[in-house]
Amino acid sequence: MIDFELPERIENELQMAQMVAEQVMRATSRKYDENEHERPVEYINMMWQVVREQNRRRFEKAMANGSNGDRPEREGPNYSIVRLITLVEMLSWGDAGMYLCTPDPLLGGAAIDAVGTREQKVRFLKKFGEGEPKWGAMAITEPGAGSDNSALRTTARLDSENNEWILNGEKIFITNGKLALEESDGVCVVWATVDPHAGRAGIKSFVVEAGTPGVTIAKQEDKLGIRCSDTVSLVFDDARIPYDNILGSPEVQTKKSTRGFKGAMKTFDASRPAVAASAMGVARAALELTQEKLAEEGLEVDYTRPRHEMQAWERDLITMEARQKAGWLLTLKAAVEMAHGQSNRLSASMAKARAGETATQVTQKAVELLGPTGYSKELLAEKWMRDAKINDIYEGTKQINTLIVAREILGYTRRELK
Amino acid sequence: MLDFTLDQEQEMLATIIGRFAEERVRPVFREAEERGAVPAEVIQAGWELGLLPTSLPAAYGGLGDYSVVTAAIAVEAFAWGDLATTFQILAPNLVAVPLLLEGSQAQQTRYLPDFTTARRPPAVTAALIEPGIRFNPRALKATATIEGDGYRLNGAKTMVPLAEDAELLLVYAAEAGETQAFLVPGDAEGLTVGPEAEVMGLGALPLYRLHLENVYVPAVDRLGGEEGSDFARLLNHSRVALAAAAVGVARAGYEYAREYAKQRVQFGEPIAHRQSIAFMLAEMAIDIEAARLLVWEAAWKLDRGEEITREATVMKHYVDDVVLQTADRAVQILGGYGYIREYPVELWLRNARGFVHFDGLAIV
Repeated sequence: MIDFELPERIENELQMAQMVAEQVMRATSRKYDENEHERPVEYINMMWQVVREQNRRRFEKAMANGSNGDRPEREGPNYSIVRLITLVEMLSWGDAGMYLCTPDPLLGGAAIDAVGTREQKVRFLKKFGEGEPKWGAMAITEPGAGSDNSALRTTARLDSENNEWILNGEKIFITNGKLALEESDGVCVVWATVDPHAGRAGIKSFVVEAGTPGVTIAKQEDKLGIRCSDTVSLVFDDARIPYDNILGSPEVQTKKSTRGFKGAMKTFDASRPAVAASAMGVARAALELTQEKLAEEGLEVDYTRPRHEMQAWERDLITMEARQKAGWLLTLKAAVEMAHGQSNRLSASMAKARAGETATQVTQKAVELLGPTGYSKELLAEKWMRDAKINDIYEGTKQINTLIVAREILGYTRRELK
Repeated sequence: MLDFTLDQEQEMLATIIGRFAEERVRPVFREAEERGAVPAEVIQAGWELGLLPTSLPAAYGGLGDYSVVTAAIAVEAFAWGDLATTFQILAPNLVAVPLLLEGSQAQQTRYLPDFTTARRPPAVTAALIEPGIRFNPRALKATATIEGDGYRLNGAKTMVPLAEDAELLLVYAAEAGETQAFLVPGDAEGLTVGPEAEVMGLGALPLYRLHLENVYVPAVDRLGGEEGSDFARLLNHSRVALAAAAVGVARAGYEYAREYAKQRVQFGEPIAHRQSIAFMLAEMAIDIEAARLLVWEAAWKLDRGEEITREATVMKHYVDDVVLQTADRAVQILGGYGYIREYPVELWLRNARGFVHFDGLAIV
C-alpha cells in the first residue's frame, strides 16, 4: 500500500544526524575544503564512537544468526537500506566530502557483506567494531577502464604452492584508499581478472588488507570538490594475499556466463541509491540556503501565484524545489524496492542518473541566484556546487546510468544498444 | 509503513481501467477528436465502472472508499486512453467531490444520493476558468455580491465542459475577493451558455463559454452553506487529479514512441538502437516515474488531511513540464509521422500543453 511515511526509528536517527551535520560538519566545512589533504578529525572521532558500536552490534547479531553470518530470513521489508540513504542524505546536507570520510567499511564492506563467507566476515568486518577508526574502500577503476569495467587489466594470479593470489596492476580514483590501507587497519576490495582472456567471466573481487607488501599509494588526487575526501591511485606490484581473500567463487565460468561479474555489479544496487542520496543532500542544502538568503532580501516564493505570472527567480526556485523532491523520491523508490526484496536495477540507475544531474543543476542555479555572494567563499554555495558534480560522475556517470535505463526499458542487450 | 506498491484493490482497478482505456477508448478516441464528441456508449461504460459511487459515503448510498491515492491511480489509467474522454467520464466529480469535501450537511444530503443511484452520468459540470490572459483561480473576475438572502453572480467563464446539457453547475466567483463556489441550476435566469470555447486540444470534449448576468443564488446554495468553502483545498484536489491525468498522457506518448522506435528501421536497424533516440526514451521514463511519485505523495498527504498548497504548486509545476516535454519528444521520435494526424502523438502534444490551464477541469 502506498505510504510515504518513514519508520519512526529512522526519523529519530535523522534528528541526531542533523545535529552532527549542523554542529560538526558545517562548522568545519570550509576549513577542510581549503586544507585539502587534512583529515576532519572532529567528525571522524565523533562518528567512530557511534559507528564502532553499531558495527559491533551488527556483527554480533550476524554471527548469532544463520550459519553464514547472513541476516536471518524474516517477515516483511528490511528498511536498513532506507535508513542508510536517509542518513547519507542528511550527512551530505552537512558536508558531502566529509560524509565520505565516515570511518566505516562502506562500499568495500557492502561487497563483503553481500557475498563473503562467515569466516571472511570475521576476518575483515569484526575489526570495524573495535579499536581505532578504520575505513573500507573499493578499487575498480583503472586508467584504461572507467565506465567499461570489463576492460580492467589488473591481474590476480594463483600461486598454488603458497596458496596465495598475486596481484599486479594499477587502480585509480579510490575513495578512502589511503585511509583504508595506510592510515588505518582497514580493507580495500579490489577487482581483478583471474583470466585476462575470459572477459567479464574472469573478473573477481579480492580483499586486500592494510599493510600488505607490494601495495603502494602512488598518488593522492587534488580535486574540484569533495576535497575533504581522500582519492588515491594504488599500484599492486606482486602483492600477495591469502587464497581465502577472494570473494565468491574462484571458478571462471564458461565464456558465455558472466555470473561472477554480474555478482560484483550487484553491489551497485545499493551503492547507486546511496550516491543518489548524497547528491540530493547537497541539492537540499543549496536549495535551503538559497531560499533563506533570498527571503532575507524580501524575496519569498508566492506559491499561490499562477505559473504564467511568476517572476524569473520565483520560477527558478520552484524548479529547484521540484527537482530536489523528484530526485529524492526516485532515490527513495530505489531503496524501498530493495527493502521489499524487489529488483531495483532499473530504479537504482534511474535515481542515480537523475540525482547526479539534479544536484549539479540545483547547486549551479544556487550560485547564480545568490549573486556575487553566491560565487564568493563567504557562503558554502560555491563549495556545494563543486562538491555536487562528483555525483554526476562516480558510481557510474550519468551517461552510463542512462544507458542502463535505456537498455532495461527497451529490453536490449549490450549488442543492440551500445 | 514506507511502501510504493499498489494494494490488491488498486492493482485490480488499474487493470480494469487500463483494459477499458485500451479496448473501449483507444479504438475511438482519434475519430472522437475529429468529430468533436466521444461516443455516448463509451461515456456510459466509463460511468458504469462506478468509481464515483464507490468513493461516496455509505450514508448516501456509496461504499465509502474515498481515497485520493486510489483516485490518482485510476485517473492516470483513464488518461492513458484519452484525456477528453477522461474529463467527460469524471465530469460528475466536478460537483460531487466539492460537495463531499466542502459541502454542508444539508447540501450533501440533498445532492449526493443522486450520484450513487444515477444509472446514467449525472448532467453536471463546474465553471472556474475565465477568458483572458491574466486568469487567476484565486482572484476571479466573476463576482458574487450579497443581495437579500442570497447572491448575485456576474461575469464570464470559459472552457466549461458539457455546459449545454448541464442541469446543475458549480460556478466559482469572487465573494469579497475570495473564491467561493455556488450551485446554479442549468436553467437559472441570467445564465447563458455558449458559444463553444474552441481550444488547441481536447477536441472530443464539448467546452463552452458561459455568461452570468445577475444570476440569483439563494444563500443555502453557496458551497458549504453559511461557512462557505475552502477553495485552496478544492484547487489542491483538482491539481492532484490533473497531474495524475498528465502522467497518463505522458505515459501514452512515451510508450507509443518507444514501440515505434523499436519498429522503425533506418540505416539497417531500428532507430532505438541509437543513443540519441534511446536516451530520449530513458529520460522520458525517468521523468514519468518521478512525476508519478510526486503525484502519489501529494495525494497521500491529501488523504491524511494535510494542507498541501505549497507541495501541490511545486508538484504541478514539475508534472506540467514533464507531460509537455514527453509529448514533444514523442512527436520528435516519430519524426514526420509525429506531425501527421493519422498518428496520435500530435494530439497528445496539444493536450499536454493545456495542463497549465486546466485548473478545475477535473477533481478527485
